[in-house]
Amino acid sequence: MRISGLTGQAQRAGIEARHTPAARLKHNRSRLSPQQSELGWSRAGGNGQTRRVFGVLIRIDSVTKRYPDGTVAVDRLSLEIPDRAITVLVGPSGCGKTTTLRMINRMVEPSEGTIWIDGQDSRRQPVNTLRRSMGYVIQNAGLFQHRTIVDNIATVPRLLGWSKDRARSRARELMERVGLDASLARRYPYQLSGGQQQRVGVARALAADPPVLLMDEPFSAVDPVVRKGLQDELLRIQDELGKTIVFVTHDIDEAVKLGTMVAVLRTGGRLAQYAPPADLLSNPADAFVEDFLGADRGIRRLSFFSAAGLDLLTAPIVAVDATAEQIARAAQGAPYLLVTGIDGKPLGWSEPGALTAGSVDTGRLLSYGRPFVAGEDSLRSALDCAVLSPAGWAVAVDGEGRATGVISQTAIAEAIRGAHEAAPGVGGTTGAGEPKALR
Amino acid sequence: MNRFFDIPSDLQHDWIGLVGLHLREALLPVLGGLLLALPIAQLCVRLRWLYPPVLWVTTVLYAIPSLAFFVVLIDYTGQTELTVMIPLTVYTLVVLVPAIVDGVRSVPQETLAAATAMGFGPVRRYVQVQLPIATPAIVAGLRVATVSSISLVSVGMLIGNQGALGNLLHDAQIYNRPELAWNSVLTTAALAVLVDALLVGVRVLLTPWMPSGSGATRTRKEATAR
Repeated sequence: MRISGLTGQAQRAGIEARHTPAARLKHNRSRLSPQQSELGWSRAGGNGQTRRVFGVLIRIDSVTKRYPDGTVAVDRLSLEIPDRAITVLVGPSGCGKTTTLRMINRMVEPSEGTIWIDGQDSRRQPVNTLRRSMGYVIQNAGLFQHRTIVDNIATVPRLLGWSKDRARSRARELMERVGLDASLARRYPYQLSGGQQQRVGVARALAADPPVLLMDEPFSAVDPVVRKGLQDELLRIQDELGKTIVFVTHDIDEAVKLGTMVAVLRTGGRLAQYAPPADLLSNPADAFVEDFLGADRGIRRLSFFSAAGLDLLTAPIVAVDATAEQIARAAQGAPYLLVTGIDGKPLGWSEPGALTAGSVDTGRLLSYGRPFVAGEDSLRSALDCAVLSPAGWAVAVDGEGRATGVISQTAIAEAIRGAHEAAPGVGGTTGAGEPKALR
Repeated sequence: MNRFFDIPSDLQHDWIGLVGLHLREALLPVLGGLLLALPIAQLCVRLRWLYPPVLWVTTVLYAIPSLAFFVVLIDYTGQTELTVMIPLTVYTLVVLVPAIVDGVRSVPQETLAAATAMGFGPVRRYVQVQLPIATPAIVAGLRVATVSSISLVSVGMLIGNQGALGNLLHDAQIYNRPELAWNSVLTTAALAVLVDALLVGVRVLLTPWMPSGSGATRTRKEATAR
């Protein structure tokens, strides 16, 4: 089961675009807009000279893992894991995702097939040398409870023969990078919260600056708020360091959020689909993947469209000290007006008739819900704002929180239709090989 | 009271000398037992099937009365301290082997997987990860073994002058001086309590990484508050 075709797409789309502003945008948690990503590809590939910034680092070549009792954990799996990107292995329990991960650093030896690391058979080099070149992060962090935080992080450099001082100063450097206070250096793991322990786990994996990072459900044992923080932190670190990350999770939302490429595995260790997350959401390969993605994949897919292109209206915005004439002009054709403060920040919605010129009673305004940032947020956020707003209109703000415009649910719906036309296949009807706008 | 520490000359030691002898005869077997138990336990951890038979053997050995050991050993090692210390060494295994095995096995799977993934070989992993984390369990075993050994040394009086403080019991009988029996019992008990406290101290020194008491709770709160 070779899927080099899909990987080719990944290279054109996700991977080579990683250095473009659009890709950066995505890795800053906002999603690629169609325009931006197209710009990215044409820059990378459109001028005739395909710039292969990144290649395939890990090639899993029809690998099978069969246990002595006959259980097949992984079944003829082939995957090409791109260099300097996050590849997520996702699937229900028993789909062999952890086994696959552990075969990469040979904690589990494949029964058949070969894993190529940077063009070399992984069995060629001594197993501990191989492992020291791959950072490993595990659920519950797996810290050495008998060592201080700084010594935990310094473990692999020490194994590689660094001096104690050098290893420790490197460890302190990494603590800063993963957002750990330097005062924690001499503490022991039991003195840290779960989230902090997981940060130590990430720092420890990065300590010897390995090109590859293997992450086995690293964030699944922490609470949702901490998990979101850790995910954002991982994306930030990845933006800075550009590691080849293989990430195992059972959480499809996490996969979609973090993955440059997502491999969906099904029970029995077979590959169901290997695609960039936006493709996965628009074009699930079969009923299993569709089911695994959940019921709201259409809404979720909107995260991949930028809200930057929305036609924002500024007319229905009035300042808190607006004159009767200004209010009357703004009220033409708009059922609700957004009242802003002197500083331009939104205060709330009001029907035009309820406004008194010169001094608006701010206590009587309707809440404006949660605004979206036009340049950064996705269509999903914009739609969410409109749905939450009592007026049915979403408020767009700039980076400083000043209102830049408003838009109705209807207008957002039109924009969504437009985005889907530009990126067909949301209904799952596109044939293979048809060009897709978003990857 | 003077007669309390007036040790009959047939014991060839004063009170302090008896205490020293007693400690040597009690602690050397524990040390020897630990040195034997470490590789045995490591084998039991690596080869799971070996553990039940090993446990069975140590239990049976523990059930053999020391007198029986003496009868066999006296032909080879004579009426010496060694004859007393060999059975005592064997007896410690019944506590130490399971203590080490359970301690090593209690190391969390994630920690082991992380160590393996970071490129620890089996030996390095055992010495640098499993044993240190098993330290509290091992020390707990050592405490039981030591206290039991301190009380068992007394049986050395069965082969003559090798029971250290235990010989005071014998002398109390033949010289009709009950205070010597009190001396024997109280000194032995005091030694056991002291050595046990010392081991607790050693454990605290060796495991600064263990959560303990209110201090730990306070630091944890501080950590979460960040």
